[in-house]
Formats: sequence, C-alpha cells, structure tokens
Amino acid sequence: MDTAFIETLWVTLKLATLTTLILLIIGIPVSYFMAYSKFRLKPILEALISMPLVLPPSVLGYYVLVAYSPRYWFGDLLSRFFNVHLAFSFEGVLIASVIFSLPFMIQPLQSGLRTLPDSFREASYTMGKSKIFTFFRVLLPNIKPSFITALALTFAHCIGEFGIVLMVGGSMPGETRVASIAIYDEVQSLNFDTANRYALILFAVSFATLILIYTINRKQESWKMI
Amino acid sequence: MEDDLIEIDVEKKLISASGILNLHIKTSLNFGELVVVFGDSGAGKTTLLRILAGLTEPDRGLIRVGNKVWFDSQASVNLRPQDRNIGFMFQDYALFPNMTVHQNIAFAQKDKDKNYANQLMDKFGLTEFANRKPTKLSGGQKQRVALARTLARKPDFLLLDEPLSALDMNMRTALQDEILKAHQFNKTTTLLVSHDLSEVFRLANKVLKIDQGIVTGKGSPDELFLNDKISGKVQITGTLVRIEKHDTFYLLTVITGTNQVIKVTAFQNDIENLHEGDQVLVFTKAFNPFIRKIKR
Repeated sequence: MDTAFIETLWVTLKLATLTTLILLIIGIPVSYFMAYSKFRLKPILEALISMPLVLPPSVLGYYVLVAYSPRYWFGDLLSRFFNVHLAFSFEGVLIASVIFSLPFMIQPLQSGLRTLPDSFREASYTMGKSKIFTFFRVLLPNIKPSFITALALTFAHCIGEFGIVLMVGGSMPGETRVASIAIYDEVQSLNFDTANRYALILFAVSFATLILIYTINRKQESWKMI
Repeated sequence: MEDDLIEIDVEKKLISASGILNLHIKTSLNFGELVVVFGDSGAGKTTLLRILAGLTEPDRGLIRVGNKVWFDSQASVNLRPQDRNIGFMFQDYALFPNMTVHQNIAFAQKDKDKNYANQLMDKFGLTEFANRKPTKLSGGQKQRVALARTLARKPDFLLLDEPLSALDMNMRTALQDEILKAHQFNKTTTLLVSHDLSEVFRLANKVLKIDQGIVTGKGSPDELFLNDKISGKVQITGTLVRIEKHDTFYLLTVITGTNQVIKVTAFQNDIENLHEGDQVLVFTKAFNPFIRKIKR
C-alpha cells in the first residue's frame, strides 16, 4: 500500500477520533443540561443542536467557511491575534466536524438520561451525594447503552463525513483529505481500484461499529426497573 | 423540650389532574416516634414527605427539626436534601441497577463501614443476595434492600413513602415487622405514608390524618379511629368486601389486615351507610373472648 493511501486513512481516523473525544467532553455537560434543565429557551437550543441532522452539509460548511474568512470578525480576530487560519486546515475541519456531529453525541445521551426515573437522582441526593458524584456514579453507569451508542454513532458518522469536509477543508493530501473524499477523487480520475479499497474499508468500519451498538443494546435490554 | 420536637408549618399550591390543592400542613412531631401519615390518595401525603426531604420546595413556611432550621421561607433558608441526614424510601425503591445489593447499601453510607452494612443485610435477610443486582430480585426483596439502604446512613429522620403498597398480604405483614424492627433498631423518628388502616394499627405510635392537604387529626390510632362510645372487648379492623341479603338480615364479609375472613350479621339499619370497600371495625361487647396460642 502506498503512503498516500495510508496517509488518507490516518487523517480520517485522526479526525473521527479527535471529534469523538472533543464531543464527549462537550456532550456530557450539555446533555445533562438538556435532560434536566427547565430553562425557557431550551427548545431553541435543542433545535440549534439538531440542525446538522436536517441541514445540507454544504450549507453548514458555507457558514463555517464564512466565519473562518479574515474578511469577517471571527476569522479576522483569529488571524490578527493568533495568526491562525482555519480554512482548508485540519483544525478548521475538526471544528466543523465537531459542530456537525453534535446531535449524534447529545441526543442519545439526553434521551438516555431522560429515561432514568427521577427517583435515582433524588435517592442519591437524600444519601448526601452531590450532583456531580450522582451523575458519574449513578446516572452515567445506568445509561451505558446510550453512552456507547453516542460514542459509536459519532465516530461512525465522522468516518463517513463528506460534504462539510469538502467545503471547509478541500482535499489536501495529508491535511484534509479523508477517505470519503478520496473515493470521490479516485473515481473522478478513473482509479477504480483505489476507490474500491477505500470503499471497502469504510464499509467494514461502519458495519462493525453498528454491529457493536446493536450487540451491546441487546445485552442491556433488560433495563426496565421493577 | 423544644430540642426534641419537629415543627412543620408549610404551604404549597399543588396542581394535579384532579384540580388545584392548597396543601397546608401545620403540626409538630416528637423525636423517636413512628408516625403514620394517613389519607386518601391525592391528599398530599407524598408531597409532605418530599417537602420534608427537601426534594420539593414549599411556597412558604417553616420546618424546624430540634433547634435546626431546615426550611424558612422568610429567612430564605432551604437546606439541600444532602444536608438533612434523612433516609427516604421511594415508592419505586430507586435501587441503582448498576450496583449489587451490597453496593447499593454501601453507597448510602456516610462513612464506609463494612460491619454495619453486613449487619443491615443480615438483619433484613439479604446476605445471600449481597452480590446480586436489583433486577435479579423479587419485589419483596427489593423492598427490603430499599429499607436497609435508607438505614445505612444512620439517618435522624426516616421517610417511607408507601413502602409496602406493592406487596401481598403475607409479605406485607412480614415487612411491617421489618419496619418495626428498623424503628426499634435506633429509635429513628419515622414518617410512613399509608392508606391501609390495618397498617396504621399495626405500626403507628401516632397517626397524622391528612385530608385535602390539611391535617384533620393527630393522635394514637385508637383515639383517631375508634369511636369513644365503643368499649368493646374485641376490635378488629378490616375491609368490607361483600354485603349479602338474607331474609331478614344481611351477611357481611370482612377481610382483616392479616387476611382473615370474618362473617358478621347485620340488620337494615346497621348497613345503611356501609358500602363494599369501606374500612370497618368489627367489635363485640357482650362476651369474653378466649385466647389460645397457635404458633410461636
């Protein structure tokens, strides 16, 4: 296998792993807030988080590109004070990818938390345990299937990202060229052999991830209380 | 004197399916008592318990336990549930599915004390289930775990929300014993919600009767439920399950708290305000009952 092939797979893997990790850190507090808060404007927040599910990646990609551009305040700020140019860079794609995969992390976690009876939290509080302790020791362990679903879905979705990476990152080998884009490029240049290899790998990874989710969820099916 | 008194005076507007209920509970309890909160469903019993636990905030009022203020709307004091040192048993038990019986009990402890956890499991017959997860337990076993768990942190105040509602009669009687045992264990002040009269007579030092969100009576079960005029020799409470008409009289069937079936004859004027499902008192005055041991 040639280096370009390995390099592309490495970028793909790096992007998916980092996106999942970052989303895990963001997703846990956000989903906790979304599950339990009685904040009045919550529906707006919920809608915003779920936007990537319905919006074409090109639309989101377009706005992200506009935001990165030094002609507007955000990009201008970054370039002037930090000398950072996000457009067509790996970091730029990473941020876009985090935004784009947000619902895949938040929704399973949020709905998992909501299915737990309130008495779990309340019982733990009456036993003198803090909210954070309760979350990590009582709530999170009891939504393990949702937790694994969130991780696996986010990861699988990142592996398959196409539109937003193309819009924000282009197809720079070793930097922003991921497997899904490589397939497109290879087909365009009539290299069906290489395209086929990429396609097979993506198919296998996605399939394995989904099998993992369904196996775990079947094991934990007897989750209902009483 | 004031140091061993629990003073409650709370108000809360409750909105439920059956309309608006203005809960206003004003009463005081002594330390060490086993108080049964008695009333119809929707009377506000559970809400009272949740208010005492700090899980529901009253609109206004005061809760003072000994010389410690738990809630005072005027002074904006509202202790978190974590700071009240209570044991709360939920109607659904709220056992954590990710932990074993032993872990559930140990989780509730303030300071890890393996001896005490084992002692509790022994006391409630849970030792053989110590390493089982709650999903692998029967209803009665779950209830015992929940009860043991509320005691694990050596609470000052035990709040039990219909702890026996889901059980059959045998199990119920057995667990009433457990609750009495638990209460005698360290004389923890206990508040128990029930709408079963036999449970009231079996357990309560004192009954707090709540109707439509208001305390309508407080006292010993005898004071509250037995009419003064009756100086009966034998008194049994139970549920009236059937009224049959015979030629000149009626035959009533009553099932007692311990599931005994009693037949009582009655005349037209006796049954006028009796209905099937009523809680009733069966008593005799005219003869001396005998007593004989049947089981030790």
